Amino acid sequence: MDTILEVKNLHVTFSTYGGTIKAVRGVDFHLNKGETLAIVGESGCGKSVTSNAIMRLIPDPPGKITNGTIVFKDKDLTALPEKTMRSIRGVDISMIFQDPMTALNPTLTIGTQLMEGVRQHHRITSDQAKSKALEMMHLVGIPNPTERLKQYPHQFSGGMRQRIVIAMALICEPELLIADEPTTALDVTIQAQILELFDEIQEATGVSIILITHDLGVVAKIADRIAVMYAGKIIEVGTKREIFYDPQHPYTKGLLKSVPRLDVTGEKLVPIDGTPPDLFSPPKGCPFTARCPFAMEVCDKVYPVTTEQSDTHKVDCWLQDERAKQLLAASAIKQ
Amino acid sequence: MLRYILKRLMIMLVTLWIIVTLTFILMVSIPGSPFNSERGTNEAVQANLEAHYNLDEPYIIQYLLYLKSIVTFDFGPSIKQPSQTVNDMLGRGFPISFELGIMTIIVAVISGVTLGVFAALKHNNVIDYLAMGFAVLGISIPNFVLATLLIQQLAVNLEIFPVARWLSPAHMILPITALATGPMAIIARLTRSTMLEVLTQDYIKMARAKGLSPWKIIIKHALKNALLPVVTIMGTLLASILTGTFVIEKIFAVPGMGKYFVESINQRDYPVIMGTTVFYSSFLIIMLFLVDIAYGILDPRIKIHKKGGE
Repeated sequence: MDTILEVKNLHVTFSTYGGTIKAVRGVDFHLNKGETLAIVGESGCGKSVTSNAIMRLIPDPPGKITNGTIVFKDKDLTALPEKTMRSIRGVDISMIFQDPMTALNPTLTIGTQLMEGVRQHHRITSDQAKSKALEMMHLVGIPNPTERLKQYPHQFSGGMRQRIVIAMALICEPELLIADEPTTALDVTIQAQILELFDEIQEATGVSIILITHDLGVVAKIADRIAVMYAGKIIEVGTKREIFYDPQHPYTKGLLKSVPRLDVTGEKLVPIDGTPPDLFSPPKGCPFTARCPFAMEVCDKVYPVTTEQSDTHKVDCWLQDERAKQLLAASAIKQ
Repeated sequence: MLRYILKRLMIMLVTLWIIVTLTFILMVSIPGSPFNSERGTNEAVQANLEAHYNLDEPYIIQYLLYLKSIVTFDFGPSIKQPSQTVNDMLGRGFPISFELGIMTIIVAVISGVTLGVFAALKHNNVIDYLAMGFAVLGISIPNFVLATLLIQQLAVNLEIFPVARWLSPAHMILPITALATGPMAIIARLTRSTMLEVLTQDYIKMARAKGLSPWKIIIKHALKNALLPVVTIMGTLLASILTGTFVIEKIFAVPGMGKYFVESINQRDYPVIMGTTVFYSSFLIIMLFLVDIAYGILDPRIKIHKKGGE
């Protein structure tokens, strides 16, 4: 499988009056052509910052990519000048935002906002742009596209607006789509429809998708692989099956335990105690140590090395270390 | 839309009627008459004059006569300068006042918006501080102080511009500057604050994610939204510019309507007071109406026809 995007050792910091926030602290992942990678984690873990970094949309100042590379089709995006980056945004990489209520400009018609993307990047007539816009409206399932083009965002419902946002993101036929919590602001019924739409679009266009979310239900539905992020680091990554059925990191296990399941009755949901660490001064060792029920002395001092469970399944946890496994085995025998 | 306009026109007429009535009440309640200053007029002459201008009639008849003159837009001749009618005076003075007013608005809006946008884009930068410092000065200095200062420095000391009168473009620069600085400063501050707010909106980020160029984003996506509050205060600014023209016209000896307006009150020249008041107030009311219409065009969320169709 071809790799379309490879992020290596990405660091992003934000300088504020209170100090420097290390929002993303060495993130590595890759994305294969045509697959959907979900990045999950709780609020403030750095998932949105990671996606904005790929688009180079981090407001600078205060934000800055301090280290690492983002290689998209053999080009390092972190090294490109802003002008070249502009020709990639919207054309090769597109983005969908969380809240469709605010992602559309209230004073411009849907048609204008849909067409300005293509017209910016391709030399086409307004008629061609219009037919392209109509085609996209059709693709995302908006009835009466000809009339709808002339309307303003406030004349659309939330779900319809998110469809418009998706159409806008796809109009230049990008190869990579970054969806930052695309269903969080929608009703549950609409959520399902939008997720289905993602599936259909991926089938129709072969676009690769990075899905940022904290909703494991969404992940279960459309992701191929899952990266779990915590305190600015990816702590576990694997295929959907590996993460859901064989989670290794205590944080991933905790996340899965805190989600209600239909097939298990009578079991209480277990929240993860405590709060994520302060990213002004992140801990040297594993950031989950303070909340981890299996924390060992080493966890607090040294960040764990990445261990590979399989070709696709990697986890950053000291429990995977041979020494820890022996220790656990020994204590099990004692009991 | 048509229904809304009709409804607004009705309200405008009522507003105008209230203004006219209040003006009439004020007019008759100020002591004195147009003929007070005439020396040596005896009682009989005075009575004849009053009879000629219907000033001896009961107030209610006078009031009705005024209403009639307004409806027909024929205010008759001025009492103090019987050789010209009120319409003559308005016809001569209005184009000049209008020229001054319109150019002031254009200068104030263009420079105010530009200043505000740059201040917002260079937020917390030297340009921002300079622009906003300038704006604070512009708001705090009254236009008549600025006008005299400009005359003293630029016209008298440096002799760059003419001191007064309204003859060539060079004559227009000082009065327009004096009159436009205040509104410009208000617009600049407002534009800056709304622009800063708009620039953090998701749709701006979305526009960036589409790969649009920074200027396109600012002009097409940000400015239109940032200008909505500016349009809102345009009504108030128009009123202040309009009243400002009285003072500025006086200082720069501009032969506009302001002169007639002020003089007519001093001299109790009733037809002129009535004519200028009706004219100024209708002008202002119509301008405010146009501002409302413009607001509806700029912001599609405001549905004008619905408001009228309740």
